[in-house]
Amino acid sequence: MPKSDKLQGSLEVLILKVLSRRPNIHGYAIITAIRQVSAEVLQVEDGSLYPALHRMEQAGWIRAKWSARDAGDRRRVYELTRAGHKQLAQDEVRWQSVTLAINRVLRMV
Amino acid sequence: MSFWSRLINVFRGDSLSREILEEYKAHVADAVAQGLDPLDAQRNFGPTLSRLDVSRDFRLIPWLDSVRGDAVFAWRQLRKTPLISLAAILSIGLALGACASAFRLIDALLLRPLPVDHAERLFVLSHEVIETVDGMPLTNDFFAYPIFRRLRASVKQQAELIAISYVSRIDVTYGTNADVEKANQQYVSGWMFSALGLHPALGRVFSEDDDKTPGAHPYAVLSYAYWQSRFGGDPQVIGRAFHVGADTYRIIGVAQAPFTGTETGTTTDIFIPTMMMKNNATERSDYEPFRAFVKLKRRFDRAIVHDRLDTIFHVWLREYAKTFRTVSGQEIQAYVNQKLLMNSAGAGVSKLQADYGRPLVVLGILVSVVLVIACLNIANVMFVKAAARSREMALRISIGAGPGRLVQLVLLESALLSCAGAVTAGAFAWWSAPFMVKMISSPVAPAQLILSTDWRVLGFCAGITCAVTLLLCLPTALRVSAAEPVNALKGDTLRSRNRFTYSLIAAQAAFCFLVLFVGTLFITGLDRLLKQPLGFSPDHVLTLETLTTTPVNAVFWEQVADRLRALPGVKAVALSEWPLLTGESWNNLVSVKGAPASPLRSYFLSISPSWRQVMGIPLLEGKDFRPSDRTPGSAIVNSAFVKEYLGSGGPIGKSFDMVTFGGSRLSFRIVGLVADARYRDVREPMRPVAYVPFTAAYTRATFIVRTIGDNPLARATDLRREIIRARSDFHVGNIRTQDELVQSHTVRERLLAILASFFGTVALLLAGVGLYGTLNYAVLQRQREIGIRIAVGAKPGSIAIHMAETAFSVVLLGAGVGLALGMTASRYIESLLFDVKATDVWALGIPGITILMLALVASTPAAIRAARIDPATTLRAE
Repeated sequence: MPKSDKLQGSLEVLILKVLSRRPNIHGYAIITAIRQVSAEVLQVEDGSLYPALHRMEQAGWIRAKWSARDAGDRRRVYELTRAGHKQLAQDEVRWQSVTLAINRVLRMV
Repeated sequence: MSFWSRLINVFRGDSLSREILEEYKAHVADAVAQGLDPLDAQRNFGPTLSRLDVSRDFRLIPWLDSVRGDAVFAWRQLRKTPLISLAAILSIGLALGACASAFRLIDALLLRPLPVDHAERLFVLSHEVIETVDGMPLTNDFFAYPIFRRLRASVKQQAELIAISYVSRIDVTYGTNADVEKANQQYVSGWMFSALGLHPALGRVFSEDDDKTPGAHPYAVLSYAYWQSRFGGDPQVIGRAFHVGADTYRIIGVAQAPFTGTETGTTTDIFIPTMMMKNNATERSDYEPFRAFVKLKRRFDRAIVHDRLDTIFHVWLREYAKTFRTVSGQEIQAYVNQKLLMNSAGAGVSKLQADYGRPLVVLGILVSVVLVIACLNIANVMFVKAAARSREMALRISIGAGPGRLVQLVLLESALLSCAGAVTAGAFAWWSAPFMVKMISSPVAPAQLILSTDWRVLGFCAGITCAVTLLLCLPTALRVSAAEPVNALKGDTLRSRNRFTYSLIAAQAAFCFLVLFVGTLFITGLDRLLKQPLGFSPDHVLTLETLTTTPVNAVFWEQVADRLRALPGVKAVALSEWPLLTGESWNNLVSVKGAPASPLRSYFLSISPSWRQVMGIPLLEGKDFRPSDRTPGSAIVNSAFVKEYLGSGGPIGKSFDMVTFGGSRLSFRIVGLVADARYRDVREPMRPVAYVPFTAAYTRATFIVRTIGDNPLARATDLRREIIRARSDFHVGNIRTQDELVQSHTVRERLLAILASFFGTVALLLAGVGLYGTLNYAVLQRQREIGIRIAVGAKPGSIAIHMAETAFSVVLLGAGVGLALGMTASRYIESLLFDVKATDVWALGIPGITILMLALVASTPAAIRAARIDPATTLRAE
């Protein structure tokens, strides 16, 4: 099972993708979504999600806001910005070409 | 996330951390809610605090956050020793403020460009006689109009020459019954406004056509500032007339702000075309009322224009010298060999600049030196404090703080100090610069310096604050960044630290000696200047300058004087053309028995019969004038006159000729001999003076009134009213006490002496505090060592002497360096000193003794403390 460190670079594209499908969800929901959709294959160490989120926020790909649930209980929810959508499109293309290339090498006879 | 929100986050660091942690906690809580064991949920999350640091750095500006953190820490450090910090801030504030205010004055007087188009292309001509009688080159800024006209024509292609007269303080009336008021007026070339790129703010300004025919252009342009202050910006002012004496001028416009003439330190209110100047001024070659400004069309033509003007000027000099009839060949040669200078006039040209340019620079340097002393003091304190914190610093390095981070910490502490000092300085400079202007202003020459705070002043203040910050932190920063944690944790080497603080003390002593030395020179110079004999007694004498529109015969002037004599509080009244020591003079060549005129000129003054007695000048031989004496005819001369022209033998009854510039001779017979008295200046040697009877018709004269009572000015109103009541055509201009006139000659020397002694005291105090602190600290540091010494038999007396010896050798070393600096500096200030040389016994002795006294006083407490150390207590404490 790949550890979070080996997912460097791919974590960001996963977050972007999740947020593009389900905007305004909080960190725990993002991790759960990645885990569920990948059928438990991709495991992200919970804590490492947040520095990534904050970095992407600073880069302007996502924006955050606090959404209150009950009194005194609130969650920081994230959504993509226009720059985030553009970034996701780019990353998806790059990811596809990289996996394609790796697959070609692996299929070498 | 935008830069702004990250910037804001820097200043809400704690709540930012709380927010991030809240997010983390919510995550774990969600996991638990999903049925996970709380411990597992926490373990899945990973290390919270290191994550927090990473997240924080993304959400704010990390370097700024570290600066903020260090600043808060530095602030706490300063708060720990509030008294020392306050003293540091105040001493920096005072010295920095003095620097700032000196620079404000220097900027206003010497640097700020005139508000004209291309001020850097503006130059002014002056001519310099090199071969003078006394060997001192004599520079003259003023030119006669005919030569100006010829110079202007010669460089028409490359430059425009502009004639601008000196500023005169005139008496103006608006309307027929209105009161008389004072205004500053200047005669200017009609084309000045267009050449300097100045537009009218209202109406029109002069053109070349307004300055063609003598006496034909009675127009005036006001300066914007005068229009605002006198007329409240009333547009109806155009077309209004005003009277100056018998003349009437019409206001045709207002020049654009902020131009107030080219005379830095004097603001011109009214501009009038040169052609309106009285006494045929624009046609005569023997009268030099105009400065000649050169406005180049292109900057690089300077050398060409100067060469061309120089050639034309010398052609004219040779031509004009042929008309001299009474001048010796040597003088003619000196006249023809004059040098034509073309200096930059971008910042304007004025007497105030010539008089105060150098003193201000000297003062600026003096206060900078005081600032350095203050900084060294505080740098020393910070250095010692850092030494006390060396373990903390070592610990910081051990746990990973780089030298950069430690330097930042020290830098911030000094930046806090210097910024707080700068704020104090700003307040101080705000008050002190106008105060200085008031001090250099005298009734004879009022200074109107426009003190604006421009980018140069702000830049200077910012720059000097940075320099102070660096100076404060440099020693500590060097030490901290070079610190080896191992050594620091083991205990530092004491020796090198002491050597360093002692060299700071030596530097302070050197600068302190320099300030004291220069201060003593100024004070000694002032003292000698004040001790110059005047030759007359100025106390209780009031002078009332009085003007008339048409010449009035001396008989009527005397009638008015009689009415003044009848007033209470008046002891005696006399008349002369002008008071002594206003700077005005009338001089002529003198010839005895028809011989060629002697090269040295004599002063002349018309006086009424009682004048000598009122002024308190002793009569040595002969008698005073009688009402029957006439000009030409009788004369009273002083001792210098006899010595210069007549030689031995009683002068009474001898005759001499007064030779005018044109060569005509008027004959006088000497009826009286009086003691020497100052006429024009208190600095020059006693010059020959011939007093002649006040008997012609005059448009101006001065009533010299000796009053009873302490304050002569208390009589001013009564006297003025009585003069106007006696003759409605008389108008009283300046009313000044003779004391004021005498003091106006020593304003510069007094200013320098007062400020130099003030800053000398400050320097002394700072250096004393520094020395005291350092020695005291050294005793504290060496307590154990001294304790052991005493325990093994050293006498307390020898310990005390040892401590004092160290202090004295350091101070003496510093004083030696200071002396060398002072000797170098004295060459620059010698021209400001009256009758004092740098090698003067007083100039060397006073600062030397003072600084030794300082060393004695500052080292005594430390020496006593060292001698009183009780070995038992000290060693037990260890």
